[in-house]
Amino acid sequence: MSRIVGIDLGTTNSLVAYMEGEFPRVIPDAEGHVLLPSVVAFTADGILVGEAAKRQLVRNPTQTIYSVKRFMGKGYEDVKEERRYFPFQILADHEVVRIRVDEREVTPPEVSALILKALKERAATSLGEPVTKAVITVPAYFNDSQRQATKDAGRIAGLDVQRIVNEPTAASLAYGLHRLKQGIVAVYDLGGGTFDISILRVKDGIFEVLATNGNTHLGGDDFDRALVDWLLADIRAHHGAHLGQDLEAMQELRLGAEAAKCRLSFEDRTVFTIPFPQHGFTYRREIQRSDVEALIEPLVQHTLGPCRLALADAGLGAEQIDEVVLVGGSTRVPLVKRRVQELFGKPPHSQLNPDEVVALGAAVQADILAGGITNMLLLDVTPLSLGIETLGGVMSVLIPRNTTIPTSAKELFTTSVDGQTVVDMHVLQGERELAKDNRSLARFELRGIDPMPAGMPRIEVTFLIDANGILQVHAKELRTGKAASIEVRPSYGLTDGEVEQMIEESFVHAEEDIASRLLIETRNEADTVVRATERALGQGSGLIAEDEATRIQEALAALKAVSDGDDREAIREATERLNHATLHLAEVLMDSALKAALASKRVTEALEKTE
Amino acid sequence: MTGSSRTLCWNCQSAVGGEYFCPQCVKVQPASVWSDYFSVFGLPRKLGLDLGELQQRFYEWSRKFHPDFFQRATPEEQAISLENSALVNTAYRALRDPIARVEYLIGLEEGAVKGIPPRAPRDLLEEMLEMQEALEEAKTSALDAETRKRLEGERERLAERRKAEEARLMEVAGEWDALVGASDHASRERDAVRRKLLDGMKEILAVRAYLTTVINDLSEALGEETHTHVSHRRH
Repeated sequence: MSRIVGIDLGTTNSLVAYMEGEFPRVIPDAEGHVLLPSVVAFTADGILVGEAAKRQLVRNPTQTIYSVKRFMGKGYEDVKEERRYFPFQILADHEVVRIRVDEREVTPPEVSALILKALKERAATSLGEPVTKAVITVPAYFNDSQRQATKDAGRIAGLDVQRIVNEPTAASLAYGLHRLKQGIVAVYDLGGGTFDISILRVKDGIFEVLATNGNTHLGGDDFDRALVDWLLADIRAHHGAHLGQDLEAMQELRLGAEAAKCRLSFEDRTVFTIPFPQHGFTYRREIQRSDVEALIEPLVQHTLGPCRLALADAGLGAEQIDEVVLVGGSTRVPLVKRRVQELFGKPPHSQLNPDEVVALGAAVQADILAGGITNMLLLDVTPLSLGIETLGGVMSVLIPRNTTIPTSAKELFTTSVDGQTVVDMHVLQGERELAKDNRSLARFELRGIDPMPAGMPRIEVTFLIDANGILQVHAKELRTGKAASIEVRPSYGLTDGEVEQMIEESFVHAEEDIASRLLIETRNEADTVVRATERALGQGSGLIAEDEATRIQEALAALKAVSDGDDREAIREATERLNHATLHLAEVLMDSALKAALASKRVTEALEKTE
Repeated sequence: MTGSSRTLCWNCQSAVGGEYFCPQCVKVQPASVWSDYFSVFGLPRKLGLDLGELQQRFYEWSRKFHPDFFQRATPEEQAISLENSALVNTAYRALRDPIARVEYLIGLEEGAVKGIPPRAPRDLLEEMLEMQEALEEAKTSALDAETRKRLEGERERLAERRKAEEARLMEVAGEWDALVGASDHASRERDAVRRKLLDGMKEILAVRAYLTTVINDLSEALGEETHTHVSHRRH
């Protein structure tokens, strides 16, 4: 039995974990990093994933794809509103989202597959054995198309996806191993791009989900956007600059905003400094935590409605929740913690690292499937009602939301015209009355019906939602007992044929030239040093002698001259020389930062930081 | 359980008397032999049941059949585990809620009926007509404070009424259990009582469905979050 790993495929970061003895453990990369940034860069010399790709965000904004999870299982119509926030090109001439990368087009599952592949390789290196099987987590509120897209991504990455598990429930499994008492638990999971609330009953090793709700388009990314929009307006007011069209500047702002948001979770105020040499100014601004809280308050409020609906569906009042668990990096934001505590009337738990707990839980579920853990069982639910379109464009519900999975429903179909041999079905997911207001999952065509008078054929169709939350459809002609053939046209997904083709192509491109990868990494390193130097000069040029500044400028120019070339050794040497030239400047800047901190009231805090 | 004792194991063809696992080859057996949701959990076909016991059996049965425990089994066993789990889950859902339980039982007794059409209680007809007008108005113009208060009051009264109807339903359910629990020999008189109780429960369900629709409409008019589809309660 080969090992099954647990993978948290996140909007911002992804992780892989496995079961070591009794407890799950996340697997770090060679440098000891546990989080793999969910970023993929398509460069002239090859594909980069993770930290190396993240460094391309500013340098190469149109070819560097991030937050691709927001596009999984989506159509162009779904995302056209937020297209403006992304520097890469989302194509309008397809139903399913496609992203332009140089001369080719890629789909979100293909991009996700590259992230999965990197995690797969990381796990294989660390464990010293090939890894082919995985449990992958998805937001609990993901619909069928989004789950299917995730499963497709796994297949393209060469993984046998043993199970798709919901993130909040996975987290509850990880907590369950450690310290969860029996009782009713609410898991509030706010990640980079998605929000879930799940309410569970934990009893005798059974984790029964009573209700779930959420928003698959709400997370830390949206906090960052709110802050970026505010910064853009502020920059316009103070510098008269319109940075909205400058892709590189926008990425700098986005990354800066994200970092400032994170700092403000632990400090009351922070200074935001970004040089924009191409626009001739450096933007500097002090931001208070309360400023950001005012910006994100409406977004945090958006998470509370789903919490109330989940409580109502579980038939429980907030006071009946015994424990509240926080999951996802965005729950580090103090305002989020406050609002959750107010809603449930008790302080939430966050003992396990909110970035890691989902991957740990996925590893626990993997161990259950492998036959390791036998006393724990997760009973999850389908988050959305499933139905079919009936006469008059109304949705007729076959499986209501929050039904424990696996579950099935049967429906009888017949013909309406004499001699009809094909019957159409339109399958939907959602809570609205009218078919058009719900999510279209697929159109099914029942074929090969024997020609008969209208209404005579009796075709029983079984809709089964499996333990992954993914729909399977079977049909049978009742008079003959013959299985009817069904053709599926997914509304927002890839056909089996397309996935097969992607698997083949990914093998063709699998072996990348190691030399070109090394060159790219060296260039990235150079790029990082160039940017750091420009920033340092912007902040500290007044603090050093003129000839020192000149020397730095010269070393900087020398590196820039070679950094786009193919001579890796020359780039490396020039980078080292620049590094050396800026040593003193870095010290001076550290000193002045320390003095500034000492000057402020939080002396002890600053001292702790310098230890 | 209640499966026919002549059933044969799909794998080794030995007799399985309604067992979940073949006594010979230990393969999981399809649960489709169970005749109804009550028999899935080995319970008598009665409306009053111990929820704690039901939950315990549900957990027990889930541990037997859940696909998690068949991940490494043959495709046949996996398919059976999937179908059995789905049946256990559907059965639990139908039985754990006392109202859904009554609806299911009526379906069993009268052959599959899909939903009972809502009907306005006779004593409230006039009042309901007035309220529909108020609701129509609310759709076209913003609510003033007075109307809002009136609608909220109305909703509260209807919710009270729904509670009373549910209590009445439980009473009739008790009578039903007493009837089916008593002597088994059929008689014309007993059939008439049976008929009357079934009709009584259907009537209450129709009124309850109507009240629920109006309460949801009121909540919507008051601008509150509602899921428009099926609302389902848990104990």
